[in-house]
Amino acid sequence: MSDQAIVEKLKAKFSTEIIDVVEFRGETTVTVKKEQIVDICTFMRDDCGYNFLCDLCGVDYLGQVPRFMVVYNLYNIPAKQRFRIKAPVEEGVKIDTVSTVWGTANWHERECWDLMGIEFNNHPDMRRILMPADWEGHPLRKDYPVQGPDREPYQGRLS
Amino acid sequence: MATNRSETMTINMGPQHPSTHGVLQLILELDGEVVVKATPHIGFLHRGVEKLSEHRTYHQIIPLTDRLDYLAPMSNNLGYVLAVEKLLGITDEIPERVKRIRVIMAELTRLKSHLVWMACHALDIGAMTVFLYCFRERECITDIYEKVSGARMTSNYFRVGGLSEDFPEGIEQEIRTFAESIPEHVEEYEGLLTGNRIWQKRTIGVGHISAEAAIDIGITGPSLRGSGVDWDLRRDNPYSGYEDYDFEVPVRDDCDTFARYKVRLDEMRQSARIILQALDKLKPGPVLANCPKIVLPPKHDVVNTIEGLIHHFKIVTEGFKPEVGEIYQGVEAPKGELGFYLVSDGSAHPFRMKIRPPSFVNLQGLPQMVEGRLLADVIAVIGTLDIVLGEIDR
Repeated sequence: MSDQAIVEKLKAKFSTEIIDVVEFRGETTVTVKKEQIVDICTFMRDDCGYNFLCDLCGVDYLGQVPRFMVVYNLYNIPAKQRFRIKAPVEEGVKIDTVSTVWGTANWHERECWDLMGIEFNNHPDMRRILMPADWEGHPLRKDYPVQGPDREPYQGRLS
Repeated sequence: MATNRSETMTINMGPQHPSTHGVLQLILELDGEVVVKATPHIGFLHRGVEKLSEHRTYHQIIPLTDRLDYLAPMSNNLGYVLAVEKLLGITDEIPERVKRIRVIMAELTRLKSHLVWMACHALDIGAMTVFLYCFRERECITDIYEKVSGARMTSNYFRVGGLSEDFPEGIEQEIRTFAESIPEHVEEYEGLLTGNRIWQKRTIGVGHISAEAAIDIGITGPSLRGSGVDWDLRRDNPYSGYEDYDFEVPVRDDCDTFARYKVRLDEMRQSARIILQALDKLKPGPVLANCPKIVLPPKHDVVNTIEGLIHHFKIVTEGFKPEVGEIYQGVEAPKGELGFYLVSDGSAHPFRMKIRPPSFVNLQGLPQMVEGRLLADVIAVIGTLDIVLGEIDR
């Protein structure tokens, strides 16, 4: 099934949920509303064959509303195809976990919360994963200084 | 009469433990010798590579990628430069020779990584000799690395659009001699282990994970192929000219540590095959793409002409600016699928770079592979997952 056919299938099933469809360098990205993300992901897994979640991460578009984007990179092992789904999330608002759809999302979502500060509803084990348990702040946010908190910015050149 | 009471005990393993392959900490809840619950704690080696990369130009990120999976630096370089090339849309501009050299080095890297895996895995389970044999061969690869890139481990050899420099003279013959010797060496390791009763007892049936469970938890690479899933990105989503080579993807469906051991050994034989084919097809040619806005000019021009110097200066100081967009590029690294998700906002720095490290995701499968098994099996399972904390913690 081509990416186009997948998009059509998604549109037929979740017509009100789809915000945007973009194709870039041969990769299709569909942006969807976050409310039905679990249903959409389950549909992608069961009806479109995307049985493998390669990667899940957050992107911080500081200054835009909604601020965050949660990105799901999917893979269909039998058909060897990739597909990407994105869902915008406002700051301080939770998105549902997809760890019930793909078990691998568990650690990815923990990392996403740890480094980006995006919270997930119904997550089975929401703890920090890379940073120490008592760390304050979320380092990958755009308003978090690269040199770390309470330190003078690096005076040399970065580029 | 004594009551039949069972009490569990919690013990801590790592981060300072030789069998955790770095700084992995496991909290193990034990009922006697049986593991009831295993909780991995990671992050002790977190250096914020993704954060740092948002403040560097695309070229400056390549050395950071060396330090992810430091046992397979060129595979990381390859994944990253392919991702940037895809983002720039110059994948078709890459010269033939570059692709071949990248494949040769990536496959040598796979051998290098698998040799360290074999060595440490066997050592963990108690077979010391294999360690010495594997490091003998690994030394040859580090020598080749040194001659090609100048560094024995953190190679920083690939560039966006090509390579830092061409192969030095005579290296092709050295690589060929080495690749030809690999099948014989793999036989040697097999002779030490495959039929060994202790090795069999420690690996057969240990660390069982079914294909469905492995896919659900996201395991990739040889660990997944040991569970009977026939999936290899080199064959299924070919990159860097892998479609030109004739090789097999070893798959075994016993789902245990022994199956993964056999898969990796077979992969080493296949890697040697690919290297020899690539050497046969290697022809003289440029090692940088003809994209003056992206690749650095030849050193000769930089030191002899003012235009070359200005050109070099501009690329080094300003970098290049890919158009707005996002891409994901996955490569078959020795440990599984290594993915780079890049978001560009049109500036000279990535807006977001997410690394999908295979070890991070594979490690997530550890609890279900060890729970209900003996404590000693934990060591075997850590070894068979072939984790490197450098890329788990990033």
